[in-house]
Amino acid sequence: MEMPEPDPQILARKARIVSRLREVLPGGVIDADAEVRAYECDALTAYKCPPLAVVLPSSTEEVAAALKVCHEEGVPVVPRGAGTSLAGGALPTADCVILGVARMAEVLESNYPDRYVHVQTGRTNLSVTGAVEADGFFYAPDPSSQLACAIAGNIAMNSGGAHCLKYGVTTNNLLGVTMVLADGTVTRIGGPYMDAGGLDLLGLICGSEGQLGVVTEAWLRILPKPEGARPVLIGFDSSEVAGQCVTNIIKAGVLPVAIEFMDRPCIRATEAFAGAGYPDCEALLIVEVEGSEAEIDAQLALISGIAQELNPVELRQSGSAEESARIWLGRKSAFGAMGQINDYMCLDGTIPVSELPRVLRRIGELSGEYGLEVANVFHAGDGNMHPLILFNANEPGQLALCEQLGAEILKLCVEVGGCLTGEHGVGIEKRDLMEVQYRPADLAAQMDVKDVFDPGWILNPAKVFPLSVSAGRRRAPDRAA
Amino acid sequence: MIEPAQETELAEALAEASGPVSVRGGGTRGVVAEGAALHYAGAGITLYEPGALTLVVQAGTPVAEIEAVLAAEGQRLAFEPPDMRGLMGTEGESTIGGVIASNASGPRRVAVGAARDFLLGVRFVDGAGRVVQNGGRVMKNVTGYDLVKLMAGSHGTLGVLTEVSLKVLPKPEVAGVLSIDGLSVGDAVAAMSAALGTPWEVTAACHTDLSANDRPSTQLRIEGMQASVTYRLDRLKAHLAPFGEVETTLSDSHDWPWFRDAERFAGGEEDVWRLHCKPSDAPGLVARLPEGAKVMLDWGGGLIWAAVAPGTDLRNTLGPFDGHATRVRGQGGGIPRFHPERPELVALTAGLRARFDPRGILNRGLMA
Repeated sequence: MEMPEPDPQILARKARIVSRLREVLPGGVIDADAEVRAYECDALTAYKCPPLAVVLPSSTEEVAAALKVCHEEGVPVVPRGAGTSLAGGALPTADCVILGVARMAEVLESNYPDRYVHVQTGRTNLSVTGAVEADGFFYAPDPSSQLACAIAGNIAMNSGGAHCLKYGVTTNNLLGVTMVLADGTVTRIGGPYMDAGGLDLLGLICGSEGQLGVVTEAWLRILPKPEGARPVLIGFDSSEVAGQCVTNIIKAGVLPVAIEFMDRPCIRATEAFAGAGYPDCEALLIVEVEGSEAEIDAQLALISGIAQELNPVELRQSGSAEESARIWLGRKSAFGAMGQINDYMCLDGTIPVSELPRVLRRIGELSGEYGLEVANVFHAGDGNMHPLILFNANEPGQLALCEQLGAEILKLCVEVGGCLTGEHGVGIEKRDLMEVQYRPADLAAQMDVKDVFDPGWILNPAKVFPLSVSAGRRRAPDRAA
Repeated sequence: MIEPAQETELAEALAEASGPVSVRGGGTRGVVAEGAALHYAGAGITLYEPGALTLVVQAGTPVAEIEAVLAAEGQRLAFEPPDMRGLMGTEGESTIGGVIASNASGPRRVAVGAARDFLLGVRFVDGAGRVVQNGGRVMKNVTGYDLVKLMAGSHGTLGVLTEVSLKVLPKPEVAGVLSIDGLSVGDAVAAMSAALGTPWEVTAACHTDLSANDRPSTQLRIEGMQASVTYRLDRLKAHLAPFGEVETTLSDSHDWPWFRDAERFAGGEEDVWRLHCKPSDAPGLVARLPEGAKVMLDWGGGLIWAAVAPGTDLRNTLGPFDGHATRVRGQGGGIPRFHPERPELVALTAGLRARFDPRGILNRGLMA
């Protein structure tokens, strides 16, 4: 992975930069080599680089003060939520300051009549729901890292989750933000009301991977918890038929909250690991619906009827919380199961649901050509695939081979009308594939936005745009006098 | 009127434009800017996959045509685009490009999101004639910056849409309505909040200070399979009993033109404003409206429609509040249509306009 050369003048000025940061953030600056190492990577652990220093502000004002110093010193800043990015979204450069929001985790207001919660963005996703669930509410986006990941990162990456088909992704549940711009200016976009007003800068910020500003507070939409939810498990002896089943369910006018798909390699691995009692079949669907007991029964009956017409090898409708937990057990341990047997790389392309059979077939062929096993587990309702490529990180050359296969699969996703990343973000991982999806004018339009918000290109450097494409816009940072 | 039907023609027309252009869709929303009228005439459905809930359509396609095609498959545009012809006194056919450019959403917005939340991808031509594509036709897509949202609600000031991809949703079997007569604005908002805070999936919560029977009326909509709607109507009726007598009805019609299209204000001479606010702030704001103002609430109180005397500077009358005010009808005598931006954001939006419309020709001054 090509990264820009660290600026030797910044490295040489480390002492001065750290001292200026300490002045504005006493007790919030880390610069010892051994300690900054804790921030050398995120969840894409194949790439590591210790930063110049780390700042951990406790308030929006401290974030602003730190950014002002970095702006004046021309130092790149890598904003960091909880560091759970699978795309290298928080990978440091050697000449950067990591700006972590982990100390800012307060709930500032829970408002049930107006159905929002106002939080600092260092708060974890699951603990947002934790703060309101006793009162019958929840925060809908539920990325699988929700126990650890922070709202700051969710907003930066526009995170999704398993229940997007019904509830949408982060951008659909975000009402407003307090944000600090690259030069330290504090601003607010939107707030505790619907539609932010003016140009939709809120929509632009969400998913901009920390490159347009640092979001320190957010107003999030919360929803009343459904009365109940239960899944049905359906096994098929072909993935084409499973794909057809997904289409038929949606066409019938049912809108499940989740439709999850696992293929045989994935089923076998999770069975060996979790023993959930899944059938040994080609494709397995877990379809979950919500409502009162009677409403759930009616919807599950309709879905089961649709599935029956396609001759499933197994059809198991949950009738209780225990049965539901058992059906979800395998799916929820899928990634852990894969980690037990191998190193793996998790892809994140999205495809039109109608292309599912063709894409699965082609992934199978590519897997054979590269000699690397691929297991598929994904959100079938919205076409967001998560092919897991299994490899051995200790064997020289395997990571590179795995990355090549990953790139082939993502190109395939784009070719059939989909995209490179559905919910993980571009980061550094998909950066060099952006030209597969976008023409030069499309990328130029996006980089125009970057130019406007961060003319010095100091925020989250070397992510999203291929270095060759952004070279002319990334000017040398302004030198401090 | 400049009416290119191909994207390449549109790009040429904009690159060669010698002065400002007034970008319009079907002209039903009454938005007119300085310069030659420009309408992108490319129309037709490019792709519709009911099983994937996706629709790709040329921006000049009439909304009515789209709704008919979706209805044939039992689907719909869930954000309930309003028809503004009655309110604005306009004629013509609303186009999907116009709906998206104005991020126009109806009562269901409170439950399912705005037009922009259903927009998956765009193609547009910017003010320099540059053709740009962003997003795509899949429901989950975080590849690069989200210019899709930026284009929705930009009122043609950053580019002229040529194609949009939309998420569509199934149209439920039946709708149920609960109504309570005679509530004050304060009680109406409290009742609507109480209903929207339940798990019974209210898909519209509106209030008018004057209904057909000359009394205020508060109305809630439930949609779904018949048995489920009946069940939820019963539960909500019991839940809302403290607010007064609750009437319930079942219906095949899901449309609420009275509220969606602000039918009540059709044909009048008043200026009509929309205020976006915290629902719980709505009663206080309504109390501060000028004497004689006519009022409707949508989105559980999160949207106030107010009809006031022509030329009223409503922002000045109300004073600062957490939200924003837009005048949708009336000339306003120098009072800006859109809410002024925060000072820190002025340079950013000006910067974006300079990039996407360097000569400032697209709907010049409309949003400023």
